[in-house]
Amino acid sequence: MKGRIHSIETLGTVDGPGLRYIIFTQGCLLRCQFCHNPDTWKMTGGKEMTVQEIVEDVKSYIPFFESSNGGVTVSGGEPLIQAEFLLELFTELKKLGVHTCIDTSGGCFSRSPRFIKTLDELMEVTDLILFDLKQIDNDKHKELTGVSNEHILDMARYLDEKQVPIWVRHVLVPGGSDDDQLLQRLSDFITTLSNVDRIDVLPYHKLGVYKWENLGLSYPLEGIEPPSEERVKNAEAILTRKKSIALT
Amino acid sequence: MKVAEEVTKNNPWNGFVDGNWQKEIDVRDFILKNFNLYEGNEEFLAGPTDATKALWDRVMDLTKEERERGGVYDLDTKIVSTITSHDAGYLDKGKEKVVGVQTDVPFKRSLQPYGGIRMAQVSAESYGYKLDEEVEKIFTDYRKTHNQGVFDAYTPEIRAARRAGVVTGLPDAYGRGRIIGDYRRVALYGTDKLVEAKKAELDLIGGNGVMSEDIIRDREEHMEQIRALQELKQLGDIYGFDISKPATTAQEAFQWLYLGYLAAIKEQNGAAMSLGRVSTFLDIYVERDLENGVLTEEEVQELVDHFVMKLRLVKFARTPEYNELFSGDPTWVTESLAGIAEDGRPLVTKNSYRFLHTLDNLGPAPEPNLTVLWSEQLPDNYKKYCAAMSIKTSSIQYENDDLMRTHYGDDYGIACCVSAMRIGKQMQFFGARVNLAKALLYAINGGVDEKSKAQVAPNYAPITSEYLEYDEVKKKYDVMLDWLAGVYVNALNIIHFMHDKYSYERIEMALHDREVLRTMACGIAGLSVVADSLSAIKHAKVRTIRDEDGIAVDYEIEGDYPKYGNNDDRVDEIASDLVKAFMNKIKKHKTYRQSVHTQSILTITSNVVYGKKTGNTPDGRKAGEPFAPGANPLHGRDTNGSLASLNSVAKMPYDYSLDGISNTFSIVPKALGKDIDTQKANLAAMLDGYAKKKGHHLNVNVFDRETLLDAMEHPEEYPQLTIRVSGYAVNFIKLTREQQIDVINRTFHDSL
Repeated sequence: MKGRIHSIETLGTVDGPGLRYIIFTQGCLLRCQFCHNPDTWKMTGGKEMTVQEIVEDVKSYIPFFESSNGGVTVSGGEPLIQAEFLLELFTELKKLGVHTCIDTSGGCFSRSPRFIKTLDELMEVTDLILFDLKQIDNDKHKELTGVSNEHILDMARYLDEKQVPIWVRHVLVPGGSDDDQLLQRLSDFITTLSNVDRIDVLPYHKLGVYKWENLGLSYPLEGIEPPSEERVKNAEAILTRKKSIALT
Repeated sequence: MKVAEEVTKNNPWNGFVDGNWQKEIDVRDFILKNFNLYEGNEEFLAGPTDATKALWDRVMDLTKEERERGGVYDLDTKIVSTITSHDAGYLDKGKEKVVGVQTDVPFKRSLQPYGGIRMAQVSAESYGYKLDEEVEKIFTDYRKTHNQGVFDAYTPEIRAARRAGVVTGLPDAYGRGRIIGDYRRVALYGTDKLVEAKKAELDLIGGNGVMSEDIIRDREEHMEQIRALQELKQLGDIYGFDISKPATTAQEAFQWLYLGYLAAIKEQNGAAMSLGRVSTFLDIYVERDLENGVLTEEEVQELVDHFVMKLRLVKFARTPEYNELFSGDPTWVTESLAGIAEDGRPLVTKNSYRFLHTLDNLGPAPEPNLTVLWSEQLPDNYKKYCAAMSIKTSSIQYENDDLMRTHYGDDYGIACCVSAMRIGKQMQFFGARVNLAKALLYAINGGVDEKSKAQVAPNYAPITSEYLEYDEVKKKYDVMLDWLAGVYVNALNIIHFMHDKYSYERIEMALHDREVLRTMACGIAGLSVVADSLSAIKHAKVRTIRDEDGIAVDYEIEGDYPKYGNNDDRVDEIASDLVKAFMNKIKKHKTYRQSVHTQSILTITSNVVYGKKTGNTPDGRKAGEPFAPGANPLHGRDTNGSLASLNSVAKMPYDYSLDGISNTFSIVPKALGKDIDTQKANLAAMLDGYAKKKGHHLNVNVFDRETLLDAMEHPEEYPQLTIRVSGYAVNFIKLTREQQIDVINRTFHDSL
């Protein structure tokens, strides 16, 4: 089976544990204003690669995975758009003992039997999900990403039911998600989940802005600066709270 | 004096475990019987003492003054440097725990005309000094030098190849270096015992009654060695030490050993004057003194700091041409740390930490060239400490001990950048390198140089077609490389014959066994340019663009092709096949003194100069653009991230490149992980992975591009900014502007 791949980065150190081979898939349903990979949005383009091709390449990095407890992360784009490809890829990788991870926003999640069947099988060969919770407020989520967050939160519950370990990731955007009330609501939601291994606050950065320019797109967060270290710490503190605390 | 101290004075080996080392010169045996493995962490380390701080301030002042004086603080124009030529010199006698400088004043460069009087003249003049007339007369009219000997014997063909830069960087105008004396012997045995052993061996040379040429040479050299050892004793006297007897304390061990090394650099200005593998050896003395309660940790660190400070002061007078090749005043005082013993014990001691800790106590520096012999089996704590110091200072290089140990045992050291050799048992004839990229252009143009239009190589039939055809190019390249290997080995044979004759390394060889294994260390440059060129010809279409004489001077590539550095076998195999092929060609030629053929993939900073001398190449590289350093992919062409790049280089076959395969790696801190603990763990894991992949050498740089840009603008604010380039480290601000730009342009792996 072939996948539509945007690019491969062989030294990833922030998307999952250890040294990671990162496969960026092509195509995404979300249009996040802070996206640093807008070049992966289009459902066409990229490079078609077979499972076998990728597995052969991945094999040569196993010594690096072994020494770092690393592995393969599929990011994007939205990897789950190509769930069947992922299933075949991860099935092969598990045969080699490689740690597998998906970096997803859950944007294409649905409870349709067909999707769930593939997803159920995929979760059997997936060791970790990096789960983006971008915005807890549905209206604001629509504004930020162009879509509702209901099915995304549903996917979080699904993963909880399946007991798939997740790292929650939250991009902190000043003037957007960097709001104590919203952070607390998100925190409250996270505490309802029992499969959360780690919570990462990712400070919004501008490294991808040039890609918007290259694509001829106007950058919606023009003028917004990355959050201060203090605000990042604040968000971390709120999101890792065990209990809901009433805010004044 | 404490009782323990008194006992040791009378019996310098008191407290050491007995072994063969007492019966014959066998330092390795002494180390294995006595070293103390340390698997703990770095918490025991002590900061700099007041004396250390004061001395280092003095060094920084002198460094500043040296810079202000145009790069040379002072230069001896009259006294020819020998082991005993100068009076004692000090930074601050009262504060120094380890003493001795190359002349009578720190930072004053010595006069060493034996390699070539012209070089001595030119280097003096380029810094505004004038050589003493009498010295000039002696070495012009009465005493021939190495350089003159070489040029007397060079053939027109060698001269042409050298001028065109297809064979280049040869040590025909400077000392060859890359010989490591076993300086530890001075501390363990004292000079008397070493002389005694040499005298006993002298009788064995020519003992069968046949007085052949090589026996005569051996006997003469042996006598020179004995004389050098006697002079070394006198050098001790100059500084007030009796080094005829073994060292009795740690301080003496450091001092004795250093005097041995000092004698070597007073007599030889070889390109690389490496130290060997001394830290674990010295740790044995330290442990004994700590146990006897005569030293504290702070005092031990002070000894290490002062010793290392001396190694940072090593300087030679060089010509501008030399500086262009080997930029930044490098001396390659390479010290090899850690590694694993053949019995499986890591050779990690507290000194393995203390030596790296000098980068904290004295700040980062390019020298000594700190080289960690890396193995998966090293203690975890030590791996993490190395990684932390790399992240902090970018001053460490790593070489694969698991790979080298099978060839060189467990008491080898690195000479220069990547050349492993058994200490005291092996030496090399340093052979610089040939320009494989230029040779490819010669294959296409029938031996005509693409820049000068001179017929440099034989006028084999050129390629006349418009489009380059892979099989034809390969065939012609193969023939051209046959020619190149022949000219190259011939040149090296001449050079090393003359170096032995006119500039023999007496003291370094005195600290070797009688029977020494010699290697003829050839080298190649332009590997990635050739691999990519051949890949382009094979996988895309390459059209030649010819000038009015019909010489192909440029190339147009139609289509894309696999590029070296992306873990793509289609091109990586071209590169590794080339390494094997050239080694096999070298092996066909008889070498001087039955030396064993080896090869390295190493350019040092000369990748910039080679690039300058080479025209447009079929991979799309433009004329004058730098090559990649060592075995690196060309910058910007490795697009799949760092590990893909490491994997490509790791495929280069070490068995065919036993003199080393250099890889320089630069990364921004954030790309190693979010926080320092993750960064340390990831860097250590990367080194483990690279070692498992059988990669040989890795220079590790961790910094942001902005830092370097700022240092170019404001050099005065970055006096100690150190970066690793191919096989060594340099003070960034001492690089030429061109080289600084090359370093900055080179791939920074910074994707997130």
